[in-house]
Amino acid sequence: MNPANYLILAALLFTIGTAGVLVRRNAIVVFMSIELMLNASNLTLVTFSRLHGTLDGQVMAFFVMVVAAAEVVIGLAIILSIFRTRRSASVDDVNLLKY
Amino acid sequence: MTHTPVHYAAASGAFSVSWLLILLPLAGAAVLLLGGRRTDRFGHLIGTLAAAASFVVGVVLFAAMLGRSGDDRAVSQHLFSWIPVNGFQVDVGLLVDQLSIVFVLLITGVGTLIHIYSIGYMAHDPARRKFFAYMNLFLASMLLLVLGNNFLSLYAGWELVGLSSYLLIKFWEDRPAAATAANKAFYMNRVGDVGLAIAIMLMFATVGSTSYADVFGAAAANVIGYGTISAIALLLLLGACGKSGQFPLQAWLPDAMEGPTPISALIHAATMVTAGVYLIVRSAPIFNETQAARTVVVVIGAITILLGCVIGCAYDDIKKVLAYSTVSQIGYMFLAVGLGPAGYAIGIMHLLAHGFFKAGLFLGAGSVIHAMDDDQDLRHYGGLWRYMPVTWATFGLGFLAIIGFPGLSGFFTKDRIIETAFDKGGTSGYLLGAVALLGAGITAFYMSRLFLMTFHGRPRWSSEGEDARHPHESPPTMTGPMIVLAVGSTFAGGLFVLGHSMQDWLEPVAGEGVEGVHTFSPIVLTALTLVVVAGGFAAAWLRYQARPVEATARPDTEVTLVTVAARHDLFANTVNETIAMRPGQFLTRFLVWLDLVGVDGLVRGSAAGIGGLSGRMRRLQTGFVRSYALSMLGGAVLMVGALLLVWGG
Amino acid sequence: MNSVPWLTILLVIPALAAVVVAAFPRRLATQAKQLTLAVTLAVLVLAVLATFAYHPNRAGFQFSQHYDWISTFGISYAVGVDGISLVLILLTALLVPVVVLSSWDEFDGDPQDEGPAGGALPEDGGLPAGGGLPESGGGTAVLVATPPVRVEAVAQAVPVPRRSVPVFCALLLVLEAGLVGVFAATDVFLFYVFFEAILIPMYFLIGSFGPAQQQAQRSYAAVKFLIYSLLGGLLMLAAVIGLYVVSAEHLAHGTFDFASLRQLDITPGVQKLLFAGFFIAFAIKAPLFPFHTWLPDAGAQAPVGGAVLLVGLLDKVGTFGLIRYCIPLFPDASDYFAPVVLALAVIGIFYGALLAIGQRDMKRLVSYTSLAHFGFIALGLFAFTSQAGTGAVLYMVNHGLSTGLLFLVVGFLIARRGTADIGAYGGLAKVTPVLAGVMLIAGLSSLALPGTNSFVSEFLVLVGTFTYNKALAIVATTGIVLAAIYVLYLYQRTMTGPITHEANRNLPDLSWREKAVVAPMIALIIGLGVYPKPLLDIIRPSVTATYTDVGRSDPAPPHPVTSQPGGRS
Repeated sequence: MNPANYLILAALLFTIGTAGVLVRRNAIVVFMSIELMLNASNLTLVTFSRLHGTLDGQVMAFFVMVVAAAEVVIGLAIILSIFRTRRSASVDDVNLLKY
Repeated sequence: MTHTPVHYAAASGAFSVSWLLILLPLAGAAVLLLGGRRTDRFGHLIGTLAAAASFVVGVVLFAAMLGRSGDDRAVSQHLFSWIPVNGFQVDVGLLVDQLSIVFVLLITGVGTLIHIYSIGYMAHDPARRKFFAYMNLFLASMLLLVLGNNFLSLYAGWELVGLSSYLLIKFWEDRPAAATAANKAFYMNRVGDVGLAIAIMLMFATVGSTSYADVFGAAAANVIGYGTISAIALLLLLGACGKSGQFPLQAWLPDAMEGPTPISALIHAATMVTAGVYLIVRSAPIFNETQAARTVVVVIGAITILLGCVIGCAYDDIKKVLAYSTVSQIGYMFLAVGLGPAGYAIGIMHLLAHGFFKAGLFLGAGSVIHAMDDDQDLRHYGGLWRYMPVTWATFGLGFLAIIGFPGLSGFFTKDRIIETAFDKGGTSGYLLGAVALLGAGITAFYMSRLFLMTFHGRPRWSSEGEDARHPHESPPTMTGPMIVLAVGSTFAGGLFVLGHSMQDWLEPVAGEGVEGVHTFSPIVLTALTLVVVAGGFAAAWLRYQARPVEATARPDTEVTLVTVAARHDLFANTVNETIAMRPGQFLTRFLVWLDLVGVDGLVRGSAAGIGGLSGRMRRLQTGFVRSYALSMLGGAVLMVGALLLVWGG
Repeated sequence: MNSVPWLTILLVIPALAAVVVAAFPRRLATQAKQLTLAVTLAVLVLAVLATFAYHPNRAGFQFSQHYDWISTFGISYAVGVDGISLVLILLTALLVPVVVLSSWDEFDGDPQDEGPAGGALPEDGGLPAGGGLPESGGGTAVLVATPPVRVEAVAQAVPVPRRSVPVFCALLLVLEAGLVGVFAATDVFLFYVFFEAILIPMYFLIGSFGPAQQQAQRSYAAVKFLIYSLLGGLLMLAAVIGLYVVSAEHLAHGTFDFASLRQLDITPGVQKLLFAGFFIAFAIKAPLFPFHTWLPDAGAQAPVGGAVLLVGLLDKVGTFGLIRYCIPLFPDASDYFAPVVLALAVIGIFYGALLAIGQRDMKRLVSYTSLAHFGFIALGLFAFTSQAGTGAVLYMVNHGLSTGLLFLVVGFLIARRGTADIGAYGGLAKVTPVLAGVMLIAGLSSLALPGTNSFVSEFLVLVGTFTYNKALAIVATTGIVLAAIYVLYLYQRTMTGPITHEANRNLPDLSWREKAVVAPMIALIIGLGVYPKPLLDIIRPSVTATYTDVGRSDPAPPHPVTSQPGGRS
């Protein structure tokens, strides 16, 4: 099996995630897109780990997963509280922090 | 090239305390100023005592000097090191010699008399104590000026007399005119001081010293280039013109008459304004080396004689007439000293005689002004001789002395100046002599005018009505000094010329007065002068005695152009305003604007520019998360692209 | 040798006292002032003692101390003085207590904090409102010394918080410590640290303690001062780092030690760059034309005491830096840039004087006169003769005294009348004769009348410059006429003539406290004018050594006198 395929898949996932972050307004979807990007990079890490025959990449992937889990907790909490006050989950409605 | 300094004897005996001369009046001033109101009651006595004590020291020194042989008479005393910086070593030291001692006697003598006079004159002024303090300060400064043994000490005294003059002109400082006149005097004096200061710098740069001994040694050794020594002399002359009210810096002196009359007598007639003459005679070794500078001196003297005389004829203010008379008499002195060794001693003689008669005249004028309720207008006087006989007599003697009545001071000293001017020879000699002669005639005219309008003719005042005047003789404290000065005016001149006494006395300082070839024989010249003077007097008599005098001056439209010009000081103030004051004001205003708009504008502009730029940049912070994400992506792409370019390609 | 760490003592005492005073609560204002005065007087005494321990004719720095600080970069705590810095430390030690005493009740008239009484703005001239404020413990003095003029000032004003006297005192003490540090540092980096550190207390002095009613102008002036100085400071920082890099190239280890840096043989090109960095910083600080526009603003908006310290001491750091750092470290560049500096100096003399003549605000006027004086100082420093250099250093001291006194007098007037506008005065000589006399003396010193201190320094500068370049000296000398005009014109407008404003008719003359403030200043002004030798003897060897080290010697007169080289008679 050609490891390049994994990398291509990871790149595709990452691109989809990026596009999602940029074009979608719903905070939940943006959030999921970010997760997609994280997982794309996880895939890359694991692939390279396999390629080089070391475990460093896998360890990093675990790190990312743990951090992502923590991030999900905080992120969802923020989104939830914003939704409660502003009755909207659109990221474009959250623009008070500006010039 | 090197050379040796002039030798002065070391101070010993009475000369070792010559600093007392300066210290006594200085202490008087300090006590009066620091003591404050506590000394109000007896302040004038302290002041007068300090002046008198200084005079006594001066007399003692004079006696001690007479006891010395001719070569040892110049005594130099080192007091302390003032400004020592490597090659630049300036000491405070005193030089008591034949020249400075006559000045010491003049300053302290006339000074003491005027202190006594002021006790009466200022009796009703609440600030009399301050007046005496400033007068003492003046005496100390003036003595420092004439006693310093180097040019920097002289300069210190030079500026300090300017300060005392300033303080005393504006003595009645709630009068705006007095404050303005004082400022004007200080400013114009400072213009002259610049010349003196640069001259001193040039001396240091050339000789490496500012002491008389070294500078005169170098000048006498003839090692300094002609250009340099002429420059030094001309710069000294600029200083002298400023202090002595000579053309073109004469305009401050008449304005200075805003000060109390004793001050006009002491500072602006007898002593301070003659400092310029002192400076030139003191610097004789320098002026001896440069014909060019001497020529400028005589030209300035000649111009000033005429200028002072002409304006003196036009004023109706008794003090202003006397002020312009001072200007023109100092012109005579400049003319004399500009003639070089032949004239130094004569210039000093005229200076001393002038010190007596002009001080006397001013004190007399003060007495008249006092009697006439501070009215200074000649046209409001008339017939006063009946009411104030002592003033009339003393003023009359001063008047006769100044116009050169035979036997009185002016006759001896001014005649000698005219004679020396003619003796210079050549066209220039005739020209200068003619100017001096003409000046004598005009002097006789305007002084007679002054005298006749004041003391003779019908009274143009009334002892009744709203503007009633009750002229009365002044108290003895005022008339006493006037009498002494009148006696001095009468006999001083004769004493000086008696057996060449003054010329012989000053010879070590001023050089040997070479008896030139006479252009006219002295008898002829004296006769000629007397005729001219008599003519001046006769003209005044016909105009102001034989005919009644109007109580108000005719308006400018009805008099000749010359009179109009003279009434406006020959437009000296207009010229000063046009070339200095107006452009200066404009420049000042322009610079204030430039600083605000230009220089600071640049500063504020750059601040505003940065502020504006950051204001624009701030707009990038839209608050839309997705646009931030896009810019992050763009940044990441750029970074990756750049890395690929660097490492990949 | 001398084992007493004079400089560290002088530095630490005010710094510690600042911490203590800053901790004082507001109601102990009087005690804070007393403590500050005592400490600053103690510093003065110590500084005088140190001067007696100093050996003027010994080469190099004295009272030196050296401890490693950041050894990786060769930075150390190194202090030491030569004659130049010693006299400036003396001036610092003198002026700070004078300022403390002169500002004694400056802030007593401030409106109080909003108290329990309801905090309406007091209508009665800023006196504490009737409701016995808990904080006005120090307010017993308040009742005594409030100038009546505050009435009109307060009436039109927005509420102003009462300013804390202990903080003011602490700032003065910090400033004193910083100034001692600037003058004493012999490590370039340490110098830089102090150089920037003194900005901070001055920033707060201007921003928080300036005229109560002009908050906007005050913060404008404070920020302008801070940013302008920081800009210069950053250029200098770049040059300081550059200097380190150069030293690392020349020596085994890079260093900031002044004595080592002085030995370096830097290439002319690099010298020019580094010189420019230092020079611009100092030219802003001094200030020289055209970097001066912060000065009138800061001078006008600082409290009077702050203005005295600003113009009298802070600005001296600039001129001090020129002779301590620019000339010895970069001799070739100094040569190269000398024409520029001299031109700026002469322009400054005239520009400052003319602008001073045109001012209507007394504090701005005095600030502009300083610009002219700094022109003379810079002229003297870059004429490269020992007379001009010694004169310039003496000028720094004298300017601190004369302009300091002038600022104090202006402050007395403002305290009485509440405005710095010249038009509000006139005819005061009759009402307040002593005040008028003091102003005249300060002014005469400012115009360099012989017999006052400034004459000695100004003449030395001019005569020294004359032997270096006649034309420059002649042009500069004509500036003394303008000096006479700005001083006497100010005096004429404020003190002479009839009294034009009724409010001026009953102004009080100087109080005993104010007399005590001006008396030592006047004594020094006249004393140093008549007998400047003690100071000259301290300054001269150091200045001469500085110029000799960079290969400059006084031009010899073409026709010297044989008998005595000194030309004594």
